[in-house]
Amino acid sequence: MSESTATGYNFAYLDEQTKRMIRRAILKAIAIPGYQTPFASREMPMPYGWGTGGVQVTAAILGPDDVLKVIDQGSDDTTNAVSIRKFFEKTAGVATTTRTVEATVIQTRHRIPETPLGAHQVLVYQVPIPEPLRFLEPRETETRKMHALSEYGLMHVKLYEDIARHGHIATTYAYPVKVADRYLMDPSPTPKFDNPKMHRSNALQLFGAGREKRIYAVPPHTDVVSLDFEDHPFEVNRFDKPCALCGAEDVYLDEVILDDAGARMFVCSDTDFCEQRRADGHSGAMTGATR
Amino acid sequence: MIAVEQPLLAVEGLTRYYGARVGCRDVSFELYPGEVLAVVGESGSGKSTLLSLLSAQLEPSAGSVAYRMRDGVMRNLVELNEAERRLLMRTDWGFIRQDPADGLRMSVSAGANVGERLMGIGARHYGAIRGEALSWLERVEIDADRIDDLPRTFSGGMRQRLQFARNLVTHPRLIFMDEPTGGLDVSVQARLLDLLRGLVFDLDLSVVVVTHDLAVARIISHRIMVMRHGQVIETGLTDQVLDDPREPYTQLLVSSVLQV
Repeated sequence: MSESTATGYNFAYLDEQTKRMIRRAILKAIAIPGYQTPFASREMPMPYGWGTGGVQVTAAILGPDDVLKVIDQGSDDTTNAVSIRKFFEKTAGVATTTRTVEATVIQTRHRIPETPLGAHQVLVYQVPIPEPLRFLEPRETETRKMHALSEYGLMHVKLYEDIARHGHIATTYAYPVKVADRYLMDPSPTPKFDNPKMHRSNALQLFGAGREKRIYAVPPHTDVVSLDFEDHPFEVNRFDKPCALCGAEDVYLDEVILDDAGARMFVCSDTDFCEQRRADGHSGAMTGATR
Repeated sequence: MIAVEQPLLAVEGLTRYYGARVGCRDVSFELYPGEVLAVVGESGSGKSTLLSLLSAQLEPSAGSVAYRMRDGVMRNLVELNEAERRLLMRTDWGFIRQDPADGLRMSVSAGANVGERLMGIGARHYGAIRGEALSWLERVEIDADRIDDLPRTFSGGMRQRLQFARNLVTHPRLIFMDEPTGGLDVSVQARLLDLLRGLVFDLDLSVVVVTHDLAVARIISHRIMVMRHGQVIETGLTDQVLDDPREPYTQLLVSSVLQV
């Protein structure tokens, strides 16, 4: 452990009994892919909505040899990501990194790294509302029954509404998926661009919802299929231009406003991916000229 | 030999207690395909309890309800598992509620309301679902250009007609109705009943309709059952019962209708 590790706390903040309880929930979630397993979510030293579920899952699976990466909207240096990384540096003394390839545990909000994940890695998602049917059916007793009986017609009602109003399926994030041909699952508010990355991923994917007290999982190599209609098939977001900094195509881009006269640029939302590409000599429209 | 038509619904000694109170007691009847049965009586007479029992939303304290499934086999509803009951409810049955807000999804468009049952049984072609929804809206006399509007922008009568379309889209064989015209003004009621009668006839529907409005019973039903204190006190052909009531209570009920 490094010198900056706080004393007086158990390894990774939570006590061992709590971690065992969370691990049991995780094991059950892995055994039933896509099923929302209840767990006794604890108060964490951060507000709900900031990743209390993800932090508890991370705390439960973290070992002293793990290397942790935390991203928020694809970025390693936003407040939420920096705080959670520091939290585990302080309470667990584990090594942290911003490089996807070096990490063994990656906690994320809103994105899946562009770099393909390996079998040695675990991706932990922060989930605000785990129930994909919630906005259509407010009763928890009813949604549980619908999951139990695989009554998922209602989810298509939402997609139908999208097409009726916008001419296409306008859901762009938290796009509902079916896991292992059984459970309907909310992939957390990741852009639908990332849905195909969940399908048969090499890495274990764990989802923690602290306020709603649910954990669910997608084991490695599991089918994750986005819902759609035969005449309106699932499509990922497309971007007109490559990244302005590294020139990458087929990646998820963020829009950055440059001035108050309408100038803007589109850059990789995955900051680590973008930095690695630039280090490898790639350049985009806004970096090429200065080279 | 003449093939004798078999009942769609057979009810035997149906009883439900709420603690020591009687919800309904010892109700028996048979309902045949294409038949409309009206259950009348004042508030608290056990009509709604009976309807909940028949549609398997409530468990009986005693007695049985048997339903002839599409394969022709008579099944007791209490023996069905929950998945089978729910499937029956959204395919082979319909349930028209008094307040359309209870039977519709008020936050999704009319088209999605009609299409929900189709999507529930696996329809996955948007164009086909929409086409079906359009044809049903037309049948219940709702303009095609209202298909993407929310039901909360509809009038009471339109909402009720939308509820019909939503229920009928899977071609159910049995419809339960709980005061289908309650809360509508008289001219809208008349149009609705007219439409209803046409649909029942065209689609050869069997209907159990609960109402306290004898006029509704007279217009749409073939047979009538009069309930009081949870028990059936008189039953017979609608015209016969309404024109020549035998029981004092039925006589009171019939005579208390205002003549204009």
